[in-house]
Amino acid sequence: MMQALIGYIRGIGRRTVDRVWRMGVAARFFLLVLLHSGTSFRRFHLIIREIFTAGVLSLIIILVSGLFVGMVLGLQGYETLQTYGAEESLGVLVSLSLVRELGPVVAALLFASRAGSAITAEIGLMKATEQIAAMEMMAVDPIARVVAPRFWGAVISMPLLAALFSAMGVLGGYLVGVVLIGVDAGSFWSQMQAAVDFKEDIINGVIKSVVFGIAVTIIALFEGYDAPPTAEGVSRATTRTVVTSSLAILGLDFILTAFMFRGV
Amino acid sequence: MSDNLIEIRDLSFTYGQRLVLKGINLTARRGQVIAIMGNSGCGKTTLLRLIGGAMKPTSGSLKVDGIEMGRIDQDALYQLRRRMGMLFQFGALFTDMSVFDNVAFQLREHTDLPESMIRDLVFMKLNAVGLRGAHDLMPSELSGGMSRRVALARSIALDPMLILYDEPFAGLDPISLGVTGNLIRRLTDTLGMTSIVVTHDVQESLKMVDYVYFVSEGVIEAEGTPAEIKASQLPYVHQFVHGEENGPVPFHYPAPDYAADLGLAA
Repeated sequence: MMQALIGYIRGIGRRTVDRVWRMGVAARFFLLVLLHSGTSFRRFHLIIREIFTAGVLSLIIILVSGLFVGMVLGLQGYETLQTYGAEESLGVLVSLSLVRELGPVVAALLFASRAGSAITAEIGLMKATEQIAAMEMMAVDPIARVVAPRFWGAVISMPLLAALFSAMGVLGGYLVGVVLIGVDAGSFWSQMQAAVDFKEDIINGVIKSVVFGIAVTIIALFEGYDAPPTAEGVSRATTRTVVTSSLAILGLDFILTAFMFRGV
Repeated sequence: MSDNLIEIRDLSFTYGQRLVLKGINLTARRGQVIAIMGNSGCGKTTLLRLIGGAMKPTSGSLKVDGIEMGRIDQDALYQLRRRMGMLFQFGALFTDMSVFDNVAFQLREHTDLPESMIRDLVFMKLNAVGLRGAHDLMPSELSGGMSRRVALARSIALDPMLILYDEPFAGLDPISLGVTGNLIRRLTDTLGMTSIVVTHDVQESLKMVDYVYFVSEGVIEAEGTPAEIKASQLPYVHQFVHGEENGPVPFHYPAPDYAADLGLAA
């Protein structure tokens, strides 16, 4: 009985140490990526290619999701606001919800599932098929040539995708609120214009999406680079990318919101 | 310049608690094709990775072109690797690039040559392996043998002094097998390189190599020219060359008594 308990506690300790150790390795990996970013900026076409893969190819899911989220916000918001006779404020509700929270968070969650998982699978398979080892044997540093361009490509794409998500959401809210339900278009736009502050709302939203972009991308890259070179290893790493990045996005969102919108 | 490109003396390598290689002595003269043979898991691929600098020896000396690999730093290793090529077991071609871009990869990464010259060089390398016509195909469109040949063209892109081959014959049909073997020999001779071939394909390798090392359980069990190896009466070499089921390498993985496992023991 005592032995089993000691074994159990020991198991918890070992798993905790392993997790902390892995976080340390991931932090060192992040530093290495930053240190080896020079090549990517000297040969910017490498980053452009990754912006296409991570950003442009994620456009459809981001735009369609943004439109639907905005439309739902329009419907739900109208239902609540009309109770208080404040349906003219629908534009404010839709735009602030999107710019401050839903835009950066939902776009990052979608980005983690669409682009993050693809990055992990690609790098994990490159490792499994010895492409990374081959590159090292050709005296080309894979962190500089493969990892860093993907990091910057995704980090640049993320705020742009979040902005497009919010823009589509506002359009969705407009379509439902103004075109479908008949809220006054002038009030919708002018109240939105008056209530949304560039620094407090838009810049903070952009900062959020940049932080989420860095978190998702570094998790995706690290999981891929660290994946055991087997089919099962790559599949587990891809799952871990989506789960860990989603939790990281939500956790970071709480911390950032707590700092950004105190007393606003 | 020493006549020996690779000199290994009393090399040992430990992985975790396990002694993978012990007391290895090996010499490769410039211009030679050397085969390192042995059954799966005997440590021959580890030896190849040590020569390529992917791992460092635990003890002993390993010199490539006079440079001690145990003490080499990252920059010097990368400088040395520009003069080395490696052919991986399944080619390890970059799957997001065409055949042309794969072969051009090192030229673009390590030189400032104009694109027109890179084009000519890539076509020359591809022509040497007979695949100039396949330059615009993607790796997924190639057969196993073709992938191996493209990878060979890629590894000779910078005219290296040394090429390391990890199981170049694995999974090839008889025609591709012959073609790959001949290519290794011909390219070594015409480009003045040295080749180290890790393989367990006895018949194909004995046709074209200059010298053979047999590795078994981490030690060099036998060595000699192909003629000496064929004539060898050493039990391990004899079993390996003739593909016999029983000999020093047992058919059965160590196991408890069979009857006891079946519950028939008295």
